[in-house]
Amino acid sequence: MIAENERHTAVPEKIDEVVIRFAGDSGDGMQLTGTQFTNTSALLGNDLSTLPDFPAEIRAPAGTLPGVSAFQVRIADYDIHTPGDSPDVLVAMNPAALKKEIKDLKPNGIVIVNTDEFNARNFAKANITVNPLEDGSLANYRVFQAALTTMTRRTLEASGLDTKSMDRCKNMFALGMCYWLFSRPLDNTVEWLKKQFARKPNLAEANIAVLKAGWNFCDITELFHDRYEVPAARMEPGLYRNITGNVSLAMGLIAASRRSGLPLFLGAYPITPASDVLHELSRYKNFGVTTFQAEDEIAAVCAAIGASFGGALGVTASSGPGIALKAEAMNLAVMTELPLVVCDIQRGGPSTGLPTKTEQADLLQVMFGRNGESPIPIISASSPKDCFEVALEAVRIATRYMVPVVLLSDGYIANGSEPWKLPQVEELPDLRIEFRADPEGFQPYERDAETLSRPWAVPGTPGLEHRIGGLEKENVTGNVSYDPVNHENMIHLRAEKVARIARELPDVEVFGDPQGGELLVLGWGSTAGAIHGAVSSARRLGLSVSRAHLRYLNPFPRNLGEVLARFDRVLLPEMNLGQLALLLRARFLKDIITLSKVQGKPFTRQEILDKIQSLLEHKHAH
Amino acid sequence: MPTETPTPTLLTKKDFQTDQEVRWCPGCGDYAILSAVQQVFPELGIPREKFVVVSGIGCSSRFPYYMNTFGFHTIHGRAPAVATGLKLARPELEVWIATGDGDSMSIGGNHLIHVLRRNVGVKILMFNNRIYGLTKGQYSPTSELGKKTKSTPAGSVDYPFNPLSLAIGAGATFIARSVDIFQAHLRDTLRRAAQHKGTAYVEIYQNCNIFNDKAFSGLTDKETKDETALYLEHGKPLVFGKNKDRGIRMSGTRMEVIELGGELGPDDCLVWDETQENPALSFLMAQLQPPGFPIPLGVFRDVEVPTYEERVIAQMHTETERLGVGKLEDLLRAGDTWTVEEQPAS
Repeated sequence: MIAENERHTAVPEKIDEVVIRFAGDSGDGMQLTGTQFTNTSALLGNDLSTLPDFPAEIRAPAGTLPGVSAFQVRIADYDIHTPGDSPDVLVAMNPAALKKEIKDLKPNGIVIVNTDEFNARNFAKANITVNPLEDGSLANYRVFQAALTTMTRRTLEASGLDTKSMDRCKNMFALGMCYWLFSRPLDNTVEWLKKQFARKPNLAEANIAVLKAGWNFCDITELFHDRYEVPAARMEPGLYRNITGNVSLAMGLIAASRRSGLPLFLGAYPITPASDVLHELSRYKNFGVTTFQAEDEIAAVCAAIGASFGGALGVTASSGPGIALKAEAMNLAVMTELPLVVCDIQRGGPSTGLPTKTEQADLLQVMFGRNGESPIPIISASSPKDCFEVALEAVRIATRYMVPVVLLSDGYIANGSEPWKLPQVEELPDLRIEFRADPEGFQPYERDAETLSRPWAVPGTPGLEHRIGGLEKENVTGNVSYDPVNHENMIHLRAEKVARIARELPDVEVFGDPQGGELLVLGWGSTAGAIHGAVSSARRLGLSVSRAHLRYLNPFPRNLGEVLARFDRVLLPEMNLGQLALLLRARFLKDIITLSKVQGKPFTRQEILDKIQSLLEHKHAH
Repeated sequence: MPTETPTPTLLTKKDFQTDQEVRWCPGCGDYAILSAVQQVFPELGIPREKFVVVSGIGCSSRFPYYMNTFGFHTIHGRAPAVATGLKLARPELEVWIATGDGDSMSIGGNHLIHVLRRNVGVKILMFNNRIYGLTKGQYSPTSELGKKTKSTPAGSVDYPFNPLSLAIGAGATFIARSVDIFQAHLRDTLRRAAQHKGTAYVEIYQNCNIFNDKAFSGLTDKETKDETALYLEHGKPLVFGKNKDRGIRMSGTRMEVIELGGELGPDDCLVWDETQENPALSFLMAQLQPPGFPIPLGVFRDVEVPTYEERVIAQMHTETERLGVGKLEDLLRAGDTWTVEEQPAS
């Protein structure tokens, strides 16, 4: 992307995309810096995708490798689906960040380092023996050295701030430099700083001054020979905002509440990476949203069930370890046939695992991790903006079929962001439901002929007094029943009810060669972007490969078996050891090739492309 | 929410009985508690459809099936959590919890302390029989030290919980104690609980005649009951005994039993005050037990503070006044947005 021939005063060189990774200590404000670069780029009309990567410790010892926090953003002038395999630019605020992240940088990539932090003390903290700026190890990159801390302090000499407060502004110096390098205006971040520090105007001024200093430093010193510009992407006309998965999920739940007429009740217990759903929803009390921060995960789901029993839209949000605790209560919702949405924002497991890293290894837990025959519909989100639609769909299924529904997201989607074309409210699905009101002939477990759902009869309705609970119920009457034949019948009914959901699901769509071919790359959840990129690249290379993506994991779309049969081979990349593959093999007796990655990081496009090539070339070689 | 004409409020005990066969063991104290509740509910002037009885797991938790109200037999220990969600969603409902010493003090301990701390407007009837009945006779967290049961053949080495002390420690605003077969007292206690605005916690001594018979015989046997029970009455001196010849008074930071009739009279006894904000006295009272002391019955504490649901609703109103009723369009368009115009094909 880089041509070293023009003076910086010249017109910036237009490039189609760039991937920047901001890396520093947990306390250096890298997430904030990356988010600002992202938001400014969004307003310029770039397509974009982000990948935050931060440690589980709030403040790991400063300067150490475990303390490194990074934020990767890819901006482009065309339609992209991933945050990029490897960065073009690395901003390293200290030696630990450089050491940890440099291996990912593209050859000849740009490295911006804060030389003030490159001293013996910090080398020791990062287990570095030789100064990497001097040992030739960075020869394959273009290294730009700047004394960010010194220049920040100098900028703020007259500010009256103490040194510690001054040093906190140095991320703005780096951001200013990146804004200059990629021709971004400062005003969006300036406005944001003013708003953020409305009550501390001196801090707002200091940050703004340092941001401008970073920009001016590049403009004056000719540190960089070249300047770049990523023009706006060609996107569908409309109004856009940049959105993370967890915010999108919260919006979707509020939208579902409005479209169903049911007040939203979220029961939650703080857990990474799901807490932002609680934070976000707690802000919307004026939308009739009740958020209940419970004493534990079990109370969170139980309160949601209690609210559902009362006629609210009961939702709980957690991650793998919390879902494990909720299992018994989820089964109570199965047995009492009450609507409930259980959001599982997956993270690395087992046990506490990798709290801040992504994984897709809860599928079998939510499918099977409860006692008895316990069918629960499962629906998954494929990208940050997709969380909105999936939330509406989860609510639709839960209320129409009177079932608990699991919504699977993951840490990558939850914290990552992308531009979202805002939907028209009136075009959102109509989710209105009716409570049972007529006492005449009322039976708590009488079933709808089509959906097999039982009536939602909320307390306070005269004549509908009835008792529900976790003991097996007699069909229709809902009385406690130990009758063997009734029990078997009820098990079949609960399973059939979930199976019937498939009747209303859209067919899974094949992109590439819908009629079939040598290889289908199937995916679910957050692998969608990487698969899309890899399959597009493979097809440009002339390979016979198609792709399809599953939103519904239980039940499967009706045409799935037939789709799989159209292809010689099926490749399924999963951030687990092959959990969906196991379900597909069992259901369709079709072999599935698993591409597994469980490193707490999403697949790169290249990893999937390599696998596609090895499969198809291997075949051709024989 | 439903707006149909409510059922007439002139209800009788019969209106609260279900057609379900009651399946507690013959002679179980639960029958007496069921009868008292079915007598008190119709007196409260609340339409039947507004009542919800929520329970966990255990013998006591079968209670909802026998009450002709809305009912929810949930999972072990979780009734307070389910009830909290229900009460937040529908504050106008009259929510009662039936639970036992195992359900509430052991597996559900966490939910119990938190429902009390929040002061959710629910009534909790804790049937304390000091044994696990439904699982056939293991010791419970309220079983006395040394108790021999199926799981403690050499005697229990666990110190028991004092449920009322625990409730006071968790910030309970209403606590009371009664006994299954003291029907008049039990009904009075239930009425008092019904009138309380926040969480009302009622410990009911309940005899399990199969696995822990006569656990409370000192209190219930004819010969000893008058000497064992101390009835707490607000504003009255603490006097007990068949001949009202003994009383309780403070001695420094401790309570002591005094003999009345000689130099000392009722005026020397502590006058009971259930309304003290400071729970210290209630705590001292909850600690009294034989030997050496009578067993206090009645209301230990009754103070009024806003309920959890009231605070939640108030905050919702404040936020709605501050921000206006939320509009979905505005919500979606909040934050930084940009417009992509129709572009000419290149």
